[in-house]
Amino acid sequence: MDKDGQMLSIKELADVLNVSQKTIRRHINSGKIKSVKVGGVHRISREQVSSLLEVEEIIVDDLINIGLERGFPYDSKVPSGDLKNKWSKHKGTINLVSPANKRNIDIIVVGTGLAGASASATLAELGYNVKAFCFQDSPRRAHSIAAQGGINASKNYQGDGDSDYRLFYDTIKGGDYRSREANVYRLAEVSANIIDQCVAQGVPFARDYGGLLDNRSFGGVLVSRTFYAKGQTGQQLLLGAYSALNRQVNRGKVEMFSRHEMMDVVVVDGKARGIISRNLVNGKIERHGAHAVVIASGGYGNVFYLSTNAMGSNVTASWKIHKKGAFFANPCFTQIHPTCIPVSGDHQSKLTLMSESLRNDGRIWVPKNIEDAKKIRNKELKPTEIPENDRDYYLERRYPAFGNLVPRDVASRAAKERCDAGYGVNKTGQAVYLDFAAAIIRYGKEKAISTGQDKDNIDLVKSLGKEIIKAKYGNLFQMYEKIVDENPYETPMQIFPAVHYTMGGVWVDYNLMTTIPGCFAIGEANFSDHGANRLGASALMQGLADGYFVLPYTIGDYLADEIKTGPIKTDTKEFDEAESGVNKFIEKIMSNKSGKSVDYYHRKLGKIMWDKCGMSRNAEDLRSAITEIKALREEFYSNVFVPGGADGYNEELAKAGRVADFLELGELFALDALERNESCGGHFREEYQTEEGEALRNDEEFTFVSCWEHMGKDKKPKLNKEELNFKSVELKSRSYK
Amino acid sequence: MELKLKIWRQKNSGEKGAIIDYNVKKIDPDMSFLEMLDVLNQDLIKSGEEPVAFDHDCREGICGMCSLVINGSPHGPDKGTTTCQLHMRRFKSGDTIYIEPFRGTAFPVIKDLVVDRSAFDRIQQSGGYVSVNTSGNTVDANATPIPKPDADEAFKAAACIGCGACVASCKNSSAMLFVGAKVSQYSRLPQGKVEARERVLNMVKQMDKEGFGNCTNTGACEAHCPKGISLDNILNLNREYIKAKIRK
Amino acid sequence: MALSGIFLMVFLVQHLAINLTSLIPDNGYTFNKISHFMGYNPVVQFILQPILMLGVCFHFTMGIFLEYQNRRARKSKYVFHKTRSSWISKNMILSGLVVLAFLALHFYDFWVPEMDYKYVSKLIPAEDRYYHELQEKFHNSTRTVIYCISFVLLGLHLNHGLASSFQSVGVTTSSQKKLKLIANIYSISIAIGFTVVAVFHYFSH
Repeated sequence: MDKDGQMLSIKELADVLNVSQKTIRRHINSGKIKSVKVGGVHRISREQVSSLLEVEEIIVDDLINIGLERGFPYDSKVPSGDLKNKWSKHKGTINLVSPANKRNIDIIVVGTGLAGASASATLAELGYNVKAFCFQDSPRRAHSIAAQGGINASKNYQGDGDSDYRLFYDTIKGGDYRSREANVYRLAEVSANIIDQCVAQGVPFARDYGGLLDNRSFGGVLVSRTFYAKGQTGQQLLLGAYSALNRQVNRGKVEMFSRHEMMDVVVVDGKARGIISRNLVNGKIERHGAHAVVIASGGYGNVFYLSTNAMGSNVTASWKIHKKGAFFANPCFTQIHPTCIPVSGDHQSKLTLMSESLRNDGRIWVPKNIEDAKKIRNKELKPTEIPENDRDYYLERRYPAFGNLVPRDVASRAAKERCDAGYGVNKTGQAVYLDFAAAIIRYGKEKAISTGQDKDNIDLVKSLGKEIIKAKYGNLFQMYEKIVDENPYETPMQIFPAVHYTMGGVWVDYNLMTTIPGCFAIGEANFSDHGANRLGASALMQGLADGYFVLPYTIGDYLADEIKTGPIKTDTKEFDEAESGVNKFIEKIMSNKSGKSVDYYHRKLGKIMWDKCGMSRNAEDLRSAITEIKALREEFYSNVFVPGGADGYNEELAKAGRVADFLELGELFALDALERNESCGGHFREEYQTEEGEALRNDEEFTFVSCWEHMGKDKKPKLNKEELNFKSVELKSRSYK
Repeated sequence: MELKLKIWRQKNSGEKGAIIDYNVKKIDPDMSFLEMLDVLNQDLIKSGEEPVAFDHDCREGICGMCSLVINGSPHGPDKGTTTCQLHMRRFKSGDTIYIEPFRGTAFPVIKDLVVDRSAFDRIQQSGGYVSVNTSGNTVDANATPIPKPDADEAFKAAACIGCGACVASCKNSSAMLFVGAKVSQYSRLPQGKVEARERVLNMVKQMDKEGFGNCTNTGACEAHCPKGISLDNILNLNREYIKAKIRK
Repeated sequence: MALSGIFLMVFLVQHLAINLTSLIPDNGYTFNKISHFMGYNPVVQFILQPILMLGVCFHFTMGIFLEYQNRRARKSKYVFHKTRSSWISKNMILSGLVVLAFLALHFYDFWVPEMDYKYVSKLIPAEDRYYHELQEKFHNSTRTVIYCISFVLLGLHLNHGLASSFQSVGVTTSSQKKLKLIANIYSISIAIGFTVVAVFHYFSH
C-alpha cells in the first residue's frame, strides 16, 4: 500500500480478488478499473476497490490481509497502527515470561559477534539460561571486530536536524526500497539507546575536547550521526558486548562453548528444540536441547571465496536451518565495496578493505591506451610516467556530477568494466588507480598560500600537501604500504572492489523469528533491515539493536507458551536422526582417500560466483553458474580429500562442512539473481539498465522479498514473495549524473 | 622464493611434539606469511599428509586469532605487526624459518601451532566488565563528560586484541600486559571506577590461578605487542592492585 | 621483591658512602670513626643489622622462588626464542646469584672476622683497626678482581632492578625514559663507586 494506506498496488488487488496480476492490468488498460500512477507505478484507490467489490472500505483491509496471506504463507507480524508507535505498542502488548519461569527456559545462541554476544548477555540478564556457541577460540574473535568506520545513531548531538525518521528514511532509500518499513523504523528508534548502553559499558568512543561524544559523517547522508572509536569501532563495540557476555558467564547464566560448530538444528513437532554441535578440538558430536535457538552467525560473503570476511565466516548455521524449513530471503543481495586492496596473485586468501573516505581526495583512473596498461602490467612502465592526457578518469568522465564519489555499487561496476575491457593495472590486470597526486598539490598550494610560503616551489608544495594527506589518511596509507609494499604518497594506490557484506539472509518476521517456530535469526544472518544495499555504519547498529533491544523482548512472545514444556530431552528420535545425519555427512566426507583439497573447490566456487554472480549479472551467466555449481558440488562429494581423522582437531574437516553448504547456497544465490528481473542496490542485471548504463528498478513487479523455501534434496526451491508495503516513503529512482 | 621451514608438529595436547623440516618452493614475495603456510598445507594435502594446524581468522590484523613464534619472535620480525600482516618479502630465498606455537603452561597446545588461550577469557570473566544492566535503561551517553585525555588513554589500552603475544614473548609467560590493559581501560573511565577494586583483585587472582608467570619487567611484551600496548598499563595495574589491597 | 629490593638499594647507598670515606687522605681517620660507630652502636648492631639480614634473605629466597614459579609457567620450552628485551632483564637470577656468591665471600672476608673479634674472641674494641683491615684485604689481586667483576654484575642487577622495582610498586615518573635515566645514574654510580674503593686500596698499598 502506498502512503497513508489509501492506495493498493496491482499485486495487492490481484491477491484480494484472487485473480492474476495480468487480469488486473488488462482491466486497467480497458478502463474497467481506474488507477492512478504514483512514482510511475499503478495504484488503485480504496474507494475503487470497495465499489468494485460492493463492500465497505473497512472490509478492504481484511481482504488485503487475507490476500497477502494467500500469496505469502507466513505472517510477518508487523503491528498495525502508525509507523512511529508500532514498536512501543508491540512491546506493550506481546506476551511476556515471568522471572520465575525464565529460570526454567534454555536458549541456544549460535554465533557470538555483536548480535550473538549482545543477545546472549541480555537474555541471561533477563533470567534465561543461555548456551552460546562460536567456532573461534573466543567470542572476541568474531568478525564484527573488523568493522572500521563507526555506528550510526539518531542522537542528534550535533543539532544538525537528525531524527529517527531521517535515519529510517536514509536507510530505506539507501536500501533501494527493498526492506520492511516497520523493521527499519524500529532500528532507527532504538539506535540512540545503543550508544547509551555502550558508553555505560565502558566503550571508549572518540570524544571532543569538551569531553562529549564526537561524530563523523558517512556516505550517502546529510547529517553527522556516526559514532566512532578511531578506525576500530567494531572492535570496541564487540569487546563491549563480549564484556557483557563475560559478566553473565561469571554469574553462571551463560555457558560458553567456544571452538564448537553447529552442525544441524533439531526440530521437534515443528519447533526448534536444539542443535547438534561438533567440538572442534576433540571432534565429539554433542546434543544440546533448548526451548529456542537463535542464529547469529553472520553473513555468507565467503561464498565468493575472496571477500573481506574472516577466513572462517560461513553460512552453515543459516543454511542448516534453511534446510529444516526456514525461508532464505534475497540471497542475491550482496554488497561489493569499491576500495579494497587488489588481489596480488593466485595465492590470495582474503581481501582487505580500506575506508571509503579515501575517495574524497583520490582520483580514480586507468590508462587511456591499452598498450600502456599492458606495459604497466609487465612493469615496463610506471603510472607516474603516464602523462595527464593519456589517463582515463572514467568516473569523472561518466558521472560528471558525482565524479569519484558515486555510490559504492556504481563505482565498483565501473572499475570492473574497465578491467574487463583490458585496461586494468597490477600484475593481475584486476586493479585501477586511486591517485592522490592532485590532492597533494592542491592541499600543498593552499597551505603554502595560507602560511605565506612560495606556492610555485613544487617540492615545498608537495611536502606540505603530503603532511595534510598524512593527517587525514595516515593509518590507511600505512596499512596499504604494509600489504602492497608501495609508497602511496609517491605512486598511485591500486584498488579493486571486493565482496564485503550480504544484505540477504534468513527470513524473519517482526519478532525476528524464522519460519521455524522457536528459531530466530539476528544480525547479518537475517535479511531484515538493509534491503538491497546497506549504508555505511549501519551493520554495527543493526547487530546491536537486534541483540540488545529487540530479540530479548520479542522472543518472550514465543516463549510465553513454553513455560510448561519442561527441560528439553535430547534422547529423542529427532535428536537421534539429526545426529546420525551429521555422522553420515562426516563419514562421507572422510571416505575419499585421495583427491583435491577443500580449498580447491572453494576457490573454484568463488570464481564461478565472482565471474557470473558478481558485480553485474545476466540471465545467461546465471543459468550457466547454476549448472556449473551443480557439477562442482557433485565432484566435491566424490573427490574432496580431507586428511587426518574426525576424532580430533581437523581444520580441513571443518572447512569441508562449510564449503559443502556454500556449494548449495551458491546455487540458490544464482537462482535468486536470475528470478529478480530488475536491477536494484547491490544486484545489477545487465538486461535491466537505462541507456546510460544505470540500474533500472522495477517497482511494479519486484517490490517484494524473495523468500526461498527448501523443497528437498535436488528439488527446485520454491519462491514465496513477501510483498513490501511502503506507507511512509515514496519510491524514487536514484541518479548520479 | 624457496624456504626451509622448521615447524613444531604435535598431534594433541597429550603427546610430545617435535620440530619437523619442510621445504616450500615458488613463494611469491607478495604473499602473507599465512598464505605461505597455505601453500605448504596444499602441498601436504596433495601428498596425503595432514596439513599444519595454525590459528587464523580475519587476516587483517584485528581479531587476534593468529599467533606463531617465528624465528624466536612472536608474530615475527616486524614490530607492530600480527603474523597475518607479515609478508614474505621480509625474508630472503633460502632462509630457514623456525615456526613454533605460543608457549606457556597456561596456553596448552591443542595441535601443532594451535594453542588454547581460553585462560584469557576466564580472566576477563572474573571481572573484565562493568556491571551494567543491558536493558538500555541507562543514563544518556553524554550525561557524563569524560576528559579527552582520559578517553584517549582508555582507548589506547582497549586496543589490545587479546592475541597472547605478551605471554609468548615473556620469559616468564606473564600475562600482566594483557590484564593491565583491561584494568587500565576501565580504571580511566568513570563507568569503570565503581568496581575498580573488586575487578583488579579478581582478575589478578584468576591470572595467578591460570598459571601465568610473574612480571619481572623485561619489557619484551611491549616490544612484541602488535598493537603497541604500553608498559604503563602494567604500572597502572600494580598501582591499582596495591591500592585495592590497602583499602581492604 | 620490589620492596626488599628498594630497601637494599637504600642500604647500598649508605654502604658506599661509608666506603668512600676511606678515600679521604686522612689515613683512615673518618672511615675508622664511622666504622666503629656502626660496629658498636646497639641500634645498628641489634636492630638495623638483623633487619638488613632479613631483607637480604627475603630478597634472595623470593628471587629463587619466583624464578621457580616462572619456569613452571612455561614447562614446554621454545626451541628458538629471541625476544626484544635486554640481556640483564632476562638474567636477573644469574646476576643475583653472582651477587649472592659475592656476598658469601664478602661475609667471609669482613663480617665473619668482625663477629669473631667482637663476640667470639671478645677482643677489646679498637677504633683504629678498620682501615687497616680494609687495606689488607685488597692486597690480594685475585680478590680484587673478583670484587670488581661482582660490582659490575651488581651494577647490572641494580640497573634493571631499580626501574623494575619502581614499576612493580606502581610509582610513576612522567615517562619510562626518565625512570631509565635514574636507574642508569644510580647503578653506574654504585658499581663505579665500589670498584674505585677496591682498586684504590689495591694500588695505594
